[in-house]
Amino acid sequence: MKTHYMNPYAAGFLLGLTLLAAIVITGRGLGASGALKSSVVATVHTVAPQHAAASKFYSENLKALHDNPLKAWLVFEVLGVVIGGFLSGVVSDRLTFQTERGPRISNSARLGFALIGGALFGLGSQFARGCTSGAALSGMAVLSTGGIITMAAIFGTGYAVAYFFRKLWI
Amino acid sequence: MFPLVPDLISDELNLIVALLIGIAFGFVLEQAGFSSSKKLAGVFYGYDFTVIRVFFTAGVTAMSGVIILGYIGWLDTDFIYINPTYLEGAILGGVIMGFGFIIGGYCPGTSVCGAAIGKIDAMFFVGGGLIGVFLFAEGYPMFENIYMASFLGNIRIFNSLGMSQGVFALLLIVVAVVTFIMTTKIERKVNAEGPAKDFHPHSHRLAGTGIILLGVVLLFLPDRKERLVGKVSDENFVQTHSVQTMTSDELAFRILDGDHRLQIVDVRDGKEFDSASLPGAINIKTGQLFQKEFTEILGQKHRKKVFIAADEHSEKIAALLAQEIGYENLCVLKGGLAEFTASILKYTKLGTISTREEIDTDRFRSKASGAIALLIKESKNKPAKPAALIKKVAGGC
Repeated sequence: MKTHYMNPYAAGFLLGLTLLAAIVITGRGLGASGALKSSVVATVHTVAPQHAAASKFYSENLKALHDNPLKAWLVFEVLGVVIGGFLSGVVSDRLTFQTERGPRISNSARLGFALIGGALFGLGSQFARGCTSGAALSGMAVLSTGGIITMAAIFGTGYAVAYFFRKLWI
Repeated sequence: MFPLVPDLISDELNLIVALLIGIAFGFVLEQAGFSSSKKLAGVFYGYDFTVIRVFFTAGVTAMSGVIILGYIGWLDTDFIYINPTYLEGAILGGVIMGFGFIIGGYCPGTSVCGAAIGKIDAMFFVGGGLIGVFLFAEGYPMFENIYMASFLGNIRIFNSLGMSQGVFALLLIVVAVVTFIMTTKIERKVNAEGPAKDFHPHSHRLAGTGIILLGVVLLFLPDRKERLVGKVSDENFVQTHSVQTMTSDELAFRILDGDHRLQIVDVRDGKEFDSASLPGAINIKTGQLFQKEFTEILGQKHRKKVFIAADEHSEKIAALLAQEIGYENLCVLKGGLAEFTASILKYTKLGTISTREEIDTDRFRSKASGAIALLIKESKNKPAKPAALIKKVAGGC
């Protein structure tokens, strides 16, 4: 299936304007992993409130989110990403259930690796206080030292280890 | 003027803004092809450099916008969220995410976008992300030390590297353009069917030249704060610009009168301010004049703001800076606190007093000396006013 994507520079420019709008209107950049954190905090808070209250991580985050972790900026923003991504899929006729993988691995292996990769990303984003959107991209826009270090570490590591994982993709 | 949060946009409205910005974010990500893990992973194998192109272009666009809006004074860069720098966390987290990227083929934002159009691998990635955050949360006591290590503040890269904002911006743009050229060459070799196939060399060359020119412009746009502070640190500027002065006698009279149209602004260090200042004075150091929490006090047009410091020169620099920022109805204490102390607080009769005016002055100063000393004593006993509660913009991922 051949599908047409926007010119990457044009898309980058529009993404930059979106990020700029976020900074100008709300004073903060874009993000994604923060919504994962909110979801985890909300789930643990509901399922095991005593455990959440006893843990420094959960209680501090609950306090920061005014005891209502799902009523957070990033949660709404990520809901928007779902809607926006879906609309784009409709417009460009790309709505299909499918698993994308390299030619040399099976579907189930791909799904397993996606799960592991997601877990690593989730873990890493907590250490770095943000992911590719919140730390690297938004950090670059406001020229934050930490954000730019994280960006370099993500891409640097990716290139450094790409060879060992080539069977997953090529 | 900007950002609008938290002054003009309430918390509830801000969530609607979040949703709208998210929709734009998701739409653009999907249009760029970021819903496809194969496309994303291509950046590491050279068959598709879309990630680098989109990412760098977006970063350069937003950065340029922040610098330009900051320069013309529309965006208060002191008030936007600058990601804090914790060295170990930034590096370790980045390395772990690098592995996550190559193994999982997505990052959190793009995985949500991919899941939205039905990519099953993206849904697994999102699930994995939740597990990863959960693991961090449960292991937090173990991770806390390294997570909190080496906090360097909300520092900016150009300060860390000891260069100006403009120089760094230009460097970043040049690096971006060189990367665009190199990666397009590599991609054409690795994958003849890659996205670079559709590029029009002419328009791309034009765009490349355009953003380098933009970088050159940015080079000459210092941060507004940097620019204004630079202006008033120039002795020539201070000498050639005048600020209204207020004599010690007038200030003393107005203090004793309880004049509500007067606001004393003490620009000395907190320590000096704490040890002794004038009654009703507020402590705003020269460097703090930009801060948003003081706009209310300094912006009251009907009140005369009199800047006080040890000497008149320091007062003048602060007042000129305030004037450049846009505040009105300012003046400085003539001769600084040194003269005020000598002529009022520690007033001693000097020589002969003969004219009517000299007699009046002597009578006033003798009276004011004791009265103001008393007021200072009283105001020192009063607990210090709590600093204005200020809502900071929250951020982070």
